[in-house]
Amino acid sequence: MLKTRVIPVLTIKNERLVKSVRFADHRNIGSYIAAVRVFNARDVDELIFLDLDAGERGIRPELLREVTKECFMPVTLGGGVRTVEDIQTLLNCGADKVSINTGALEHPELIDAGAKRYGSQCIVVSIDVEEDSAGAVAWAKEAEARGAGEILLTSKTHDGVMEGFDLPLIKAVSSAVRIPVIACGGAGSAAHCVEAVQQGASAVGAASIFQYTQTTPQMIKKALVAAGILARV
Amino acid sequence: MIAIVDYGMGNVASVRNALALLGEEGLVTASAEDFARATHIILPGVGAYPDGMRELHERGLVAVLQKEVLENKKPFLGICLGMQLLTERGEEGADTEGLGFIAGKTRKLAVTPDLRLPHIGWDDVAPAPDARLFAGIESRDFYFVHSFVVEPVDPAVTSAACTYGETFAAAVQKDNIFGVQFHPEKSQQAGLAILRNFINL
Repeated sequence: MLKTRVIPVLTIKNERLVKSVRFADHRNIGSYIAAVRVFNARDVDELIFLDLDAGERGIRPELLREVTKECFMPVTLGGGVRTVEDIQTLLNCGADKVSINTGALEHPELIDAGAKRYGSQCIVVSIDVEEDSAGAVAWAKEAEARGAGEILLTSKTHDGVMEGFDLPLIKAVSSAVRIPVIACGGAGSAAHCVEAVQQGASAVGAASIFQYTQTTPQMIKKALVAAGILARV
Repeated sequence: MIAIVDYGMGNVASVRNALALLGEEGLVTASAEDFARATHIILPGVGAYPDGMRELHERGLVAVLQKEVLENKKPFLGICLGMQLLTERGEEGADTEGLGFIAGKTRKLAVTPDLRLPHIGWDDVAPAPDARLFAGIESRDFYFVHSFVVEPVDPAVTSAACTYGETFAAAVQKDNIFGVQFHPEKSQQAGLAILRNFINL
């Protein structure tokens, strides 16, 4: 049976690992390569690595290659993806899946083109939600229709707060699409992650919990299993 | 030296990294001379079936693979799309003729309405007792990311099965030809052990 995934999300700015609260106040929390090594050693299910500067400064293939070299688990790379060539660049850097956010909002046909060339399975559409849950549902459905293979759903208002996920949002989006949804934003405990999965998420993404608490991905997966949800432990 | 087919279909670097960790030289190449020198050949791949075949044809690699794999019988491993391209035809997008090394076709996974597609994540693989790539490997968890599956004409070529809505071929083996639908280069220790078994063939 397919296991529910727990996915550490790493974001970088100015070549340093950062963590935001509600998408602001990005705090420098150290070396991304050290973090990648730790998560690889911990045998995590998957990793998401996003370069928040790439939209302005361009994609940095050397930096991304440095990351994927350390990864013997699947990696989703994102940041600054605007064209099909950018998708190819990230795949060449060792991405298994490519996350598209602003590029898809500005040019939705990028999803169609990426899916046609590389298959839906490697196109992740990342949706950041402020308040407009209905808008997020509509965009997720459009992304699915255009060929997205997965939705990375992040609640901006819950990001970094560590008080639990936006459960109604997860439920609304998960029930509206038939592709997997990675729920992100708000994980402060293993119990929060269990709640997100119970609302329909196929995977949970988390950052602060792994940086600021002793909770490990493995502990979250054990909590999932204890709640009757299959996970790879 | 292990030749990794360079045909512009993504993620060849991960396979080379995995081989390097195993202390093996993987050469990402599209040159016939390199394939002639290679002891083993790996066809990785992330992408759509028609594009994969077009890229192989454009680089003149179909004839090269036929020679080295079918005539010279070099151990060959297709990963994900690379396994699917072994079939005679693919139904992804436009109906496309494949390499035809294994009789059968590549078609969309027939999932039940309660399951999401693509099939993404770690899932259980059940190897057949004679599955050579799985020899000595205890873990059954491997990482999948796909929507299409191989449907071989001869069920005996299926060397491992996975069930997601339906039971499908997670791996195939026929003489010197092997294919895995999951990603051994991304399945941590168990995946590396699969690659080690392949190298040791």
